[in-house]
Amino acid sequence: MEEFWTLALWALKVWLYLIVGLIMVPAMFGFSLGISETYMTILVNTLEWATLKIQKVYAEDRALKASSSNGLIQRDDGSMEKEFEELRCSRLKQPVGGDFTLSDSFYFTRRGIESIVEDEVTQRFSSEELVLWNLLTRTNNDFQFISLRLTLVYSLGIVVRYCILAPLRITLACIGLTWLVIGTSAVGFLPNWRMKFWLSEWVHVMCYRICARGLSATIRYHNRENKPQKGGICVANHTSPIDIVILCNDGCYAMVGQIHGGLMGVLQRAMVRSCPHVWFERAEMKDRHLVTKRLKDHVNDKTKLPILIFPEGTCVNNTSVMMFKKGSFEIGATIYPVAIKYDPKFGDAFWNSSKYSMVSYLLRMMTSWALVCNVWYLPAMHQQEGEDAVQFANRVKSVIAHQGGLVDLQWDGGLKRAKVKESFKEEQQKQYSSMVVGDDSSSSD
Amino acid sequence: MGSRASTLLREEEIEEIKKETGFSHSQITRLYSRFTSLDKGENGTLSREDFQRIPELAINPLGDRIINAFFPEAEDQVNFRGFMRTLAHFRPIEDNDKSKNVAVSEPLNSRTNKLLFAFRLYDLDRDDKISRDELLQVLRMMVGVNISDEQLGSIADRTIQEADTNGDNSISFSEFIKVLEKVDVEQKMSIRFLH
Repeated sequence: MEEFWTLALWALKVWLYLIVGLIMVPAMFGFSLGISETYMTILVNTLEWATLKIQKVYAEDRALKASSSNGLIQRDDGSMEKEFEELRCSRLKQPVGGDFTLSDSFYFTRRGIESIVEDEVTQRFSSEELVLWNLLTRTNNDFQFISLRLTLVYSLGIVVRYCILAPLRITLACIGLTWLVIGTSAVGFLPNWRMKFWLSEWVHVMCYRICARGLSATIRYHNRENKPQKGGICVANHTSPIDIVILCNDGCYAMVGQIHGGLMGVLQRAMVRSCPHVWFERAEMKDRHLVTKRLKDHVNDKTKLPILIFPEGTCVNNTSVMMFKKGSFEIGATIYPVAIKYDPKFGDAFWNSSKYSMVSYLLRMMTSWALVCNVWYLPAMHQQEGEDAVQFANRVKSVIAHQGGLVDLQWDGGLKRAKVKESFKEEQQKQYSSMVVGDDSSSSD
Repeated sequence: MGSRASTLLREEEIEEIKKETGFSHSQITRLYSRFTSLDKGENGTLSREDFQRIPELAINPLGDRIINAFFPEAEDQVNFRGFMRTLAHFRPIEDNDKSKNVAVSEPLNSRTNKLLFAFRLYDLDRDDKISRDELLQVLRMMVGVNISDEQLGSIADRTIQEADTNGDNSISFSEFIKVLEKVDVEQKMSIRFLH
């Protein structure tokens, strides 16, 4: 018995030394030993092999192969005017009294049914469907027995992911977060010298690097010369809370957000001690003027870190960018757009907050293969003359969407929970009315 | 989500739906996964609220009438079978559909069935007639507040006059067919489903 405990203790010690030596130290100083690169190469090769294997089986079944494209229907996006012209070409235009035919309803009916089969918004809030299997059951359409070898590899994958990777990553995440709390609190006690800013930044970046290793994140940063500068606002598309870890790996940001309870609250309070983040109480968040004012003050102080904001206000599944809330664009600061695109092959980074809690989401991430993502820093943007906040927000959004290869959507991400505004329907009615009576002057009749 | 979709849908069920609606196997499984993702109550049926949660449908002026078409007996839930039956009206008409089903009952996506679907959007009280009042209500849904009562009334009157052949001041289904005989219903009431 005695021997068993000494052995266990010894194993634990080696385990911790290994973690410290191979992961923590490199993370602290920001270099890499090439272990994760080797892991990624093996992983990519395995997945490619599995894909080939599956394709071979499917090649015999033509129908299944054809279904690998993701769309269900093909829409033609003709304008309302054009569609009605076609509907009416069979009859004469009524000179007076309005132009209506019973077949006008066909247009709305077809559009309605199309949106039931496939719509732009709701599918952005569920996990992206993959064309090929990545040896993870949850992102796959259906697990089928394909070959013995593939099944063996799949089982081996489960063992590796749950028995080796998961414990390692959980340890790392715990160390990272504890370190963050201790480190930032300690730095907070220092007087406000230059040393403090430098130390604070170092502690932050180090902790995020440890956490990123806890997710086996492989991040490629592009165009680093455009990195957000002090006194600016960095806006990015939002997929999950991990976005913060990804961005902070490459530099520090001031966060904006609501004060949470629980674990998040402890972290937030510790972080604010060492570097000025902008946290709001729940009640304060409602007061738009206060929020704008505090952000303005922060931005005007050129010694403070750039603010990081996700203007979509909700997590989207990384296939599209949704409407940007105009708040952060009203401040008048320089905007540094950043596009983040995850590679869905290695694990689904999207946090479906209405389905999974934060902890179960993190566990899912830690049992995935890896987190591979690209970050593009885009050139700074300024509000142009005669451009209002909404137009500016849209311009920034389309730049991000274009760079990240994401679909640029007008829809409000708030639709995840809230209902659509009645005014959108009124717009459609107005457009149709003008076609019935010729022009907009009808409403005054 | 996807894995659940195929385990809950039995092979026999797929076969039956295939026969009834003409959708292909992969179309059925994919529409099933759409069905389950719309089913927020996770009870295997959709309610009106589930449909209204689709923003694009919620802003459709005829959205409520379209949703209603999924609940033919005024029930408050529709299962996958019923969902597919309604969608089947919008399959394009293929050549082999016509020849294959001559002996059997008319396919759901025939011209007549497509027109019947459109007719029922106007026929609010399901008495197989579109009265002036019903037409006015549907017109009001489409135009909102942008056209005066007076003008809308004259549009309704004229539409009924044009269609009405037996002088009962309303439009029956056969009159509806007659009025729309020149319209390319096959194309206008079809959606291009991919395989």
